[in-house]
Amino acid sequence: MSGSGSTMTPSPSPSLWTRLSNPSHFMRWSGALTPWLAALSALVLAAGLYLAWFVAPPDYQQGETVRIMFIHVPAAWLGVFFYASMSLSAVGSLVWRHPLADVAQRAAAPIGAAFTLICLVTGSLWGKPMWGTYWVWDARLTSMLLLFLIYCGLIALWRAIEEPNRAARAVSILTLVGAVNLPIIKFSVNWWSTLHQPASILRMGGPTIDPSMLYPLLVMIAAATLGGITLHLYAMRTEVMRRRVRTLTIREAERLDAGRAQTVPAALPQPL
Amino acid sequence: MEARAARGRGRGSPGLRLSVEDLACRRSGRRIFAGLSFALAPGQALAVTGRNGAGKSSLLAILSGRLRPDAGRIRVTDVGEASLPECLHGVGHRDGLKAALTAGENLAFARALLGAPRMEPRAALARLGLDHAHDLPVAYLSAGQRRRVALARLLVCHRPLWLLDEPTAALDAASQALLAGLMEEHRAGGGLVVAATHQALGLADAMTLAIEPPEQSQQSQQSQQSAHAMADAEDWL
Amino acid sequence: MIGVFAALVARDLALATRIGGSGALSLVFFLMIVALVPFALGPDLNLLARIGPAILWLAAVLATLIGLDRLFQADAEDGSLDLMGAAPVPLEIVVLAKVTAHWLTTGLPLALAAPLFGLLVALDGAGMGATALTLLAGTPALTFIGAVGAALTASIRRGGLILAVLVLPLMVPTLIFGVSAAQAALGGTVPFATPLSILAGLTLIAAVVGTLAAAAALRWSE
Repeated sequence: MSGSGSTMTPSPSPSLWTRLSNPSHFMRWSGALTPWLAALSALVLAAGLYLAWFVAPPDYQQGETVRIMFIHVPAAWLGVFFYASMSLSAVGSLVWRHPLADVAQRAAAPIGAAFTLICLVTGSLWGKPMWGTYWVWDARLTSMLLLFLIYCGLIALWRAIEEPNRAARAVSILTLVGAVNLPIIKFSVNWWSTLHQPASILRMGGPTIDPSMLYPLLVMIAAATLGGITLHLYAMRTEVMRRRVRTLTIREAERLDAGRAQTVPAALPQPL
Repeated sequence: MEARAARGRGRGSPGLRLSVEDLACRRSGRRIFAGLSFALAPGQALAVTGRNGAGKSSLLAILSGRLRPDAGRIRVTDVGEASLPECLHGVGHRDGLKAALTAGENLAFARALLGAPRMEPRAALARLGLDHAHDLPVAYLSAGQRRRVALARLLVCHRPLWLLDEPTAALDAASQALLAGLMEEHRAGGGLVVAATHQALGLADAMTLAIEPPEQSQQSQQSQQSAHAMADAEDWL
Repeated sequence: MIGVFAALVARDLALATRIGGSGALSLVFFLMIVALVPFALGPDLNLLARIGPAILWLAAVLATLIGLDRLFQADAEDGSLDLMGAAPVPLEIVVLAKVTAHWLTTGLPLALAAPLFGLLVALDGAGMGATALTLLAGTPALTFIGAVGAALTASIRRGGLILAVLVLPLMVPTLIFGVSAAQAALGGTVPFATPLSILAGLTLIAAVVGTLAAAAALRWSE
């Protein structure tokens, strides 16, 4: 945040990354990019849905219910993807103290949590016809449940600490600890699951998948990734604007208060 | 309950009289003060002075009913059946404002809670030069602004007795003058003001009660202090 | 008096939605405990279904503790409690209003989410309904009992731990009858209505005793 009223100017010889990650620049390029990105993801999504509904054949065992996979698997992928992106942002936030890294991290958490929840719900709905019950303590689903709980903890920590910079640091540490732990969690849940469950249990998806189903799935994954990134950019823009509003509101309160004695038209401060 | 409070509020009634006799306070075994006496008639103000830890805040806590006195009596008369806590406004170090709510919401809540509504929250804030803060969360306000929002509470409900603990803390000169004006107005309407303060309140004819901690020769100090306080009080009766 | 009560409830609800509060957090905690049990016991759905109501109730009791420590402490710290003490109503009304708002934001979501979390422990439809009903009837008792502890520890730093130790023993009867009512619905010798009405009775007793005791504790806290 620059104290003077002037707009932020990039340093003399900025690298591309520096320029892209400057908050004002970010607002400019992301504002131009998001509508196109949204349109593109809508297109790919339409194509993916068409393929999933009309082109992909029903499974010889599971019948039409297999189509849940086209939502379930992309959601699971995005749940993990956003956690990975949050871990990268956490490094950026801790090492370079970059405000935009905080913003990226904060914006990713609810989206990642939402996709993880979608994965859990669709998995549960898929489980009913397959296992006869909505929930089975299957290793993959259970891992996703734990991921969802970790997301909830991160969001709670964001909300609990009022000062944004301190919150960003605390959440970054927790994110990285979680990132180190996720493989361990995944491994131990697998171990726990095989310890208790007969190996004959039907695995969802399965390692071998027919190309007629694989391509629609890949398109759906691409659509979900594009859509997720679009959502993330929108969420980041919202977060930047929220911080600007916060800063401006505080400034405005101070300015109007100072203006009680003498009305000084202060230059509008540049926030963030 | 509300009817009872309403009876006590009438502007036309003779107004609250407060008399304190031989009040003593002890906290965690330590004697804070003893033998305090004073009496206030409608329109009078009392400035309580003394060193840090002399018991100014304890006196206000006793008057507001949060702390039990070790000895002594507090009497209120001419307010109908309302009890003392229902007759007073307290503004202290802890401002009772919720940071997540806006200034207007905080005041509207106080207005609904305390009863006997007087000014609208927006008007009360405007009196304190804070009309722009009506829709701002209190978290965004500076210490001085918060204090003024807390003081605006004095205006949203009518209560005859104002108990103010260091009311001028965090206030600039203009706001201090504003507060002095509000207190004069309140007294002109028959209200009472008791303020613990380090600084001059800007009230020309306020009584002063100096609380001094009891020292080695406690007995003599005490009698002297109580005599002092009595003399002070008698000056004004 | 009703106006003051409504103002207090509305304010606490506004604060809960504004800050996010403990409601969502206790819900996550609830889910977390329900998820932990199978890791300890193993994912045998038959076993989980048999002890499902017990798991949900145990999780609900522990989740009630979340946020309880701030019930009066937050207001005591910033002076709001002094303001409420000056209201022209008894302090019991203040306590009742604050506990009501707290239950609406923590206890009620627990009871409503219980059927959903019942899926995790393979409860059938009847079991889910019964557990939700018993939680609906029983969680107010937990909140009222907890309010006494919250009032006692309002001015104590690190009161949260003491709070848990203080109130958990007092919650045992509610737990006993809550679980037995839910188990009765799953089949057994006792009819469902008997433990449920005892549970409702416990809630009424807790409402009276809890309100009076919490107000007394707050009155003498300074």
